[in-house]
Amino acid sequence: MNNAWFTHSAVCYTLCAALLAAGLLSVATSWPEATSLLILWMPTLLSGLWVNIQISLVAMVLGTLLGLVLGGFSISPVRPFRSMVNVYVQFFRNAPALVLIYFCAYVFPFELYFAGHTFPFPDWVKVVIGLGLPASAQVAEIFRGAVQSIPATQWEAAQSLALSRIQTLRFIILPQCLRRMLPPWMNVYTAITMSTSLVSLVGVNDVVLTAGIASNSAGRTDFTILSYTALVVLFFLYCYPISRLTRVLEKRYEYK
Amino acid sequence: MNINNHVLATQPGPAEKALVELRDVHLAFGDTEVLKGIDLFVKSGQVVSIIGPSGSGKSTVLRCMTGLVRPQQGYIRIGDTLVHKLHREREFSALRAHVGFVFQQYNLFPHLTVLQNLILSPVRVLGLSKAEATERAHALLSKVHMEQRVAAYPGELSGGQQQRVAIARALAMQPELVLFDEVTSALDPEMVGEVLNVIRDLVHEGMTCVLVTHEMRFAEEVSDRIYFTEAGRIVEHGSPDMIFQKPQNPRTAAFLRRSLGRDVDTESRFGSVCVETEIKAE
Repeated sequence: MNNAWFTHSAVCYTLCAALLAAGLLSVATSWPEATSLLILWMPTLLSGLWVNIQISLVAMVLGTLLGLVLGGFSISPVRPFRSMVNVYVQFFRNAPALVLIYFCAYVFPFELYFAGHTFPFPDWVKVVIGLGLPASAQVAEIFRGAVQSIPATQWEAAQSLALSRIQTLRFIILPQCLRRMLPPWMNVYTAITMSTSLVSLVGVNDVVLTAGIASNSAGRTDFTILSYTALVVLFFLYCYPISRLTRVLEKRYEYK
Repeated sequence: MNINNHVLATQPGPAEKALVELRDVHLAFGDTEVLKGIDLFVKSGQVVSIIGPSGSGKSTVLRCMTGLVRPQQGYIRIGDTLVHKLHREREFSALRAHVGFVFQQYNLFPHLTVLQNLILSPVRVLGLSKAEATERAHALLSKVHMEQRVAAYPGELSGGQQQRVAIARALAMQPELVLFDEVTSALDPEMVGEVLNVIRDLVHEGMTCVLVTHEMRFAEEVSDRIYFTEAGRIVEHGSPDMIFQKPQNPRTAAFLRRSLGRDVDTESRFGSVCVETEIKAE
């Protein structure tokens, strides 16, 4: 399995590298200026990508924490709690990411007034909320699914050993859930990272906005093509290892 | 159901001394009636086996005893606890701390080692120190001949080994009573013996046991009393000799004939024609 993993990864990386190399090669011979422009802009693009990564990480932390709390309510024996979480989950799972980003960008104020002080409410925080809310719905659903995927016989065995419901969750159910939750949780993270490319639309200075600024200021079609190619490659290099790792983990828990 | 009443009436009233007492327990899942009035008594130190065809409600009787399922009607007492009146989690917990339950599918916790499976509840529920619980666990594991696999995970063990660990896990709570729910039914034939040996040892130590089993010869060997259930009712109960050698009820005889392939002495009482009709009537 490790071998196959290696082969598959190697093929993907080779393809990607070949594409990039071909692009760079053609550019290097015919558009040497575009290439040097890209090299010039690369540090700025990378710092833009770092913004995307930061937004994705903070949104994921927010989504995970909120999602676990909601997930806790979604397995509660109290029916109204379950119903409320269900409405929340259905609402956010069926809302397009871009719409939520616009919504959060405009619904929250520019500044917050609290206890006589003024706090800025920066755009990146708004998009973090916009990305974190749907992520929390996904995480809540993953949590509920994982808890319910543990056979009822595990609950019975724990009950028969006189463990309480809370003890059963803590010592028996949740430890088994965490392993099962990891792959789908990482899928959510990859999806969020991709969605961070949308935040440029509400003016956050991310890698996509940076590439746009670069293209406009250069005013050259060949450079525009090259810079967006670089973006595709950058996102790929960040997301692909994560999704590969997810696949590996999925396989591992499948065979357990 | 005259037969049922008749059999009950002939029994000396054991209820006052019984550790376990079930009276007129009725249970339905939706429209399906599973138990239609179960009366059952287990005295302290006794081994009671419940036998009968699949789907006759044998396992459900055990589940009622520890509140894993709640009957719609009936009286269930274990020791001083009136199980049918319990509602709170803490009350059930207090009951279950004294009643061991061993499942057909072992139901070990797959993310914990054998040792961790055995010490979890003694530490968390009984409040033993980790050292005490570990010492107790080692003693029990050597009793079930699993002392070599203390650090193994359940997934690394055979079915028979897992079931022996599951028995040790139940015993780690030092229960007054152990319920065995078809504990050998999921095992490969060559592993049945090792699990039965463990139960046999337990019986010889005087543990009160209720066994739901398809192992007729084992039930006959270890039991003080046998209950034969069919379609949610106790058809007949008595000493192993009575049930296996001289069953009063033609249904019991027919069942034993099918499951033992043994000639049960019923002809003298009912005549072979009668028994044949019974079998066809099913």
